[in-house]
Amino acid sequence: MTTNPVKITARNVQVYYGDNHAIKDVNVDIEDKTVTAFIGPSGCGKSTFLRCINRMNDTIDICRVQGDILIDGEDIYDRKVDPVQLRAKVGMVFQKPNPFPKSIYENVAYGPRIHGLARGKAELDEIVEHALKRAAIWEEVKDRLNAPGTGLSGGQQQRLCIARAVATEPEVLLMDEPCSALDPIATAQVEELIDELRQNYSVVIVTHSMQQAARVSQKTAFFHLGNLVEFGETDRIFTQPEDPRTESYITGRIG
Amino acid sequence: MSDTPVTKRKGSLLVQDARTIKRNRAEKRFQMYGIAAISIGMLMLVILLTTIIARGTGAFQQTFITLNVPLLAEKLDKKGNRDLADIKKVSTFGYAPLMQAAFEAKVAELGIETDLKPKKMAALLSKDAAAQLRNFVLENTDLIGETVEFQFLAQSRVDGYLKQRVTRDSIAKDKNINATQLDLVDALVASGHVVKKFNLDFIIGSDASDARPEAAGMGTAMMGSFFMMLVVLSLALPIGVAASIYLEEFAPKNWITDIIEVNISNLAAVPSIVFGILGLAVFINYMHLPNSAPLVGGLVLTLMTLPTIIITTRASLKSVPPSIRDAALGVGASKMQSVFHHVLPLAAPGILTGTIIGLAQALGETAPLLLIGMVGFIASNPPETIAEGLMSPNSAMPAQIYEWAKRADPAFYERAWGGIIILLVFLITMNAIAVLLRRRFERRW
Amino acid sequence: MLVLIVLVLASFGYILVRRRAIASVGGDQRILHSLPSYYGSTALMFIAVPSLLVLALWLLIQPMLVQNAVIGLIPAETINEGSSVGLVMSDVRRIADGLDTAIAQGAITSVNAASLNVETSNIRAQLAEVGVALGSDVAAPVLAAAQRYRAMNANGSTAMTLSVLTLALIGFALAYRMTTAAFRARNTVEAGVKTLLILAASLAILTTVGIVFSMLFESINFFRMHDWRDFFLGSKWAPNFRGDSDLSILPLLWGTLYISFIALLVAVPIGLFAAIYLSEYAGPKTRAVAKPLLEILAGIPTIVYGLFALLTVGPFLVSVFGRGEEGFLSVEWMSGATAVLTAGLVMGIMLIPFVSSLSDDIINAVPQSLRDGSFGLGATHSETVRQVVLPAALPGIVGAILLAASRAIGETMIVVLGAGAIARISLNPLEAMTTITTRIVSQLTGDTNFASPETLVAFALGLTLFVLTLGLNVIALYIVRRYREQYE
Repeated sequence: MTTNPVKITARNVQVYYGDNHAIKDVNVDIEDKTVTAFIGPSGCGKSTFLRCINRMNDTIDICRVQGDILIDGEDIYDRKVDPVQLRAKVGMVFQKPNPFPKSIYENVAYGPRIHGLARGKAELDEIVEHALKRAAIWEEVKDRLNAPGTGLSGGQQQRLCIARAVATEPEVLLMDEPCSALDPIATAQVEELIDELRQNYSVVIVTHSMQQAARVSQKTAFFHLGNLVEFGETDRIFTQPEDPRTESYITGRIG
Repeated sequence: MSDTPVTKRKGSLLVQDARTIKRNRAEKRFQMYGIAAISIGMLMLVILLTTIIARGTGAFQQTFITLNVPLLAEKLDKKGNRDLADIKKVSTFGYAPLMQAAFEAKVAELGIETDLKPKKMAALLSKDAAAQLRNFVLENTDLIGETVEFQFLAQSRVDGYLKQRVTRDSIAKDKNINATQLDLVDALVASGHVVKKFNLDFIIGSDASDARPEAAGMGTAMMGSFFMMLVVLSLALPIGVAASIYLEEFAPKNWITDIIEVNISNLAAVPSIVFGILGLAVFINYMHLPNSAPLVGGLVLTLMTLPTIIITTRASLKSVPPSIRDAALGVGASKMQSVFHHVLPLAAPGILTGTIIGLAQALGETAPLLLIGMVGFIASNPPETIAEGLMSPNSAMPAQIYEWAKRADPAFYERAWGGIIILLVFLITMNAIAVLLRRRFERRW
Repeated sequence: MLVLIVLVLASFGYILVRRRAIASVGGDQRILHSLPSYYGSTALMFIAVPSLLVLALWLLIQPMLVQNAVIGLIPAETINEGSSVGLVMSDVRRIADGLDTAIAQGAITSVNAASLNVETSNIRAQLAEVGVALGSDVAAPVLAAAQRYRAMNANGSTAMTLSVLTLALIGFALAYRMTTAAFRARNTVEAGVKTLLILAASLAILTTVGIVFSMLFESINFFRMHDWRDFFLGSKWAPNFRGDSDLSILPLLWGTLYISFIALLVAVPIGLFAAIYLSEYAGPKTRAVAKPLLEILAGIPTIVYGLFALLTVGPFLVSVFGRGEEGFLSVEWMSGATAVLTAGLVMGIMLIPFVSSLSDDIINAVPQSLRDGSFGLGATHSETVRQVVLPAALPGIVGAILLAASRAIGETMIVVLGAGAIARISLNPLEAMTTITTRIVSQLTGDTNFASPETLVAFALGLTLFVLTLGLNVIALYIVRRYREQYE
């Protein structure tokens, strides 16, 4: 197994929701050009930790984050860091497809527009087309770019959301259970897409499905009750888990 | 995948690029707009309230002039047998000389020098003063022949002078008062015979004619409002609750119910003046109910408040969980019994809150009252019986305020603002009760 | 009086029937189908409801019938130039009422009243003595009509009393006979109560029908007397109580729309930004304080705003834009306190909470997932609001603004006191203009003559206003409802 350079480093991360200690002392290194899966039972903190990586938790008033999360060696919770700039670098795809109530084109163009990535209409068209192609949805929508994004099917919507995230040229892509609202065929398409995206990005995916984690990821982290229990090569985690908790989860005894 | 059309922006997260700085400034500006909007709203509220208080509190104080009036028997009771019928024959004109004499005597006693004629001195008193004196004499005939100390209302210019509304500059062309009279007022203020004090009559008294703003009060209009609210409460509450019970609990889901529902929400937004037209056409022109009667006002306001009450009542009926209904039905109660015995009592606080808010809305409503004739006359006699209160012409608080606002004399403006204070006190009390009720009975299912 | 008798009868019925029910089972209540009080209530319902209903209907219909019968008695030639049937009818009514008063006060006996004659007695003088003032001497046909009116009313009242009482008694007899142990009294009562509930619910429909008809009839009368083309298309509003007035709605409509426009110009930006701040930025504490405070503005009666416009805002604007050299700007643009700007500004303040609380609800209904999506792409909060939240909430906000507009168009007290009384079409916001609602008030207050187009025009104005606001409301409510469904 090749090791890629480390993209994200987390050291002693603690997260509190009010009085609730949601994440307890998590340390992890996430590699570039790799798909890392976070698995664990509901409420184990995997989504919370994911949202720490692009500071989405800032929008929740009662949430406090302690410890360091570094991207390319820079502390993203440093006071000088602007979350807006950070999120342009760390894109996110959500559990439920959430296309904006705009046209397909406008959905994808939204990110590049606010970040000023395109000079002129032609360049923007190019970015949109490129992003849609990369999200493997171009062929399906190229004739109706002006149709509302909300009119697409669930799987198409989710791929549109991925295209939307890709269009801002992020370096890290966070995915919060991206397939949980999709049917099996759409899921397969999205999984295929994730595998392709690995070539350019560091992808972190939260998933409920162990099969999915096994299919798409190279590294897997198992969370339980706010603790990072085990982290390692996906193959090893699923075949020879070191921690008994991991083992009972994988064999279906907790979860 | 190397055909990326744009170059990746490499740069430290620790350094904000120019674009981010610009965007963050826009963000700050946008937030400022929001804060500014809220501040403007608050500012307007503060300005409105301070204006009302600053301009209206004066109405609760009035200037009085203290005089000792000799109730001369030869003027008031020529026959000397203290027969009430005889004394009644002396009109208010007959009392005027007494007051002039009393004024002259007071000025002489205090040693104030003035070249005013007694008649001009007495002109400082309200035109209401003679009637005040006469009423006193008619009630206390045994005091005829003695000298009694009175506090008479001063006329509105004197009152305005003490409240700084009238100045020596502003009276140049005023035929109601002149500078010499003001000199006398100054002297009397110094001696403590002209004083400004709390005026209960403003709250409980009746309206007065154009020439006597100092004597005008809200009391009768308050009675009018009270009787209207009585009508609204006794009609709108039962009808509103009945309608809501039907719509919420019994109505089948069909197009008729739909029409009724759309209708109710539209009625809630119909301009109030349209209800006034309805009242004029139906209650007065067609049914020949008396003009200006609180009964008619109450009926119009009932129709106007019904949608509000229905909407809030339905909301509180809806908030009673179906499990309560099921429980009642389960022990063999009929649908009707389950609603009246269980659902309705549980929804009662919510219904009450809604009703109070509806009443408060009705209490402040003016426009429909203009059309059914509750303005434009002087509501002078407070009603004595309930029937009279409902049927005899009266005004209402907001209509009375409007009436005062239309009159030319600025002294009435002060009373209009004062009237608003009284009206707002009622509204604030009602809303406070509603809020308390809601807090007290708020239930989380 | 009649109502009282019926109610007494009903309570008697309640007691009697309840007793009979208990007696019929020998005091053992368990054998009865329903509780004894239900039997009593059946009687109460049978006696009171039909008779009171008939009473109410009778009171509504009788005046109509009598009026139609009496109008037939008035020959066309008695109606003078410039007068109308309506005017003569009101005379007839006044004479008839006057005669009744005279009899009640003992000024004339009822026999004399019935045989009154225009030649032998001066009715005007006689009625004046009892305090009924007539505008002119009484013509013979009018007197005849008045006599007929009295007679019909008297007959009608007798017949009404009789039929109401009969109905009550029949109801009582029915209830009494039906009372047996097996009689399903509860079901009967419940069916009755349900009918009452339905009646209460349909009152809302009745109100609307009443509004429409009361205005429609008088509007039709108006258009018989006045050309509709002048009303809708003319350009001048100049009522003249000697007749031949220019009564066109356009100048009034212009004033109404202009003032509403200014009001919305004030209320929409302020209300919308306030709503955005409250729902997107403000913490729960700020929200808990600021929202109710803003809503106080909506709870203040409009008369207060009217006074505020007339006595505070108006004079302030004059001191800025008027008074020549003494003024703040040393200009002479504004002469009086009442002006479009005065009314518009104050109405705008009143509308702020309407726009803000409705928009606040609507913005809150935008799903959080859309905001997350935008934040996740690195948008700032304001970019998210402007480019994602507001477009998503747009239909709802448009609905809220339409509701506010309908409110502005129908607002009366602020414009009555603050806008002035001069009908004109002008673009200058510092001039006084007048509105539909102000004209309705001024045409219908004071001494009104319901036979002249100058008074009746108010009904046509009212109908236009009603249609206008109803249209806006229907559209607005439809949009808002559709919007809510979209995100449910």
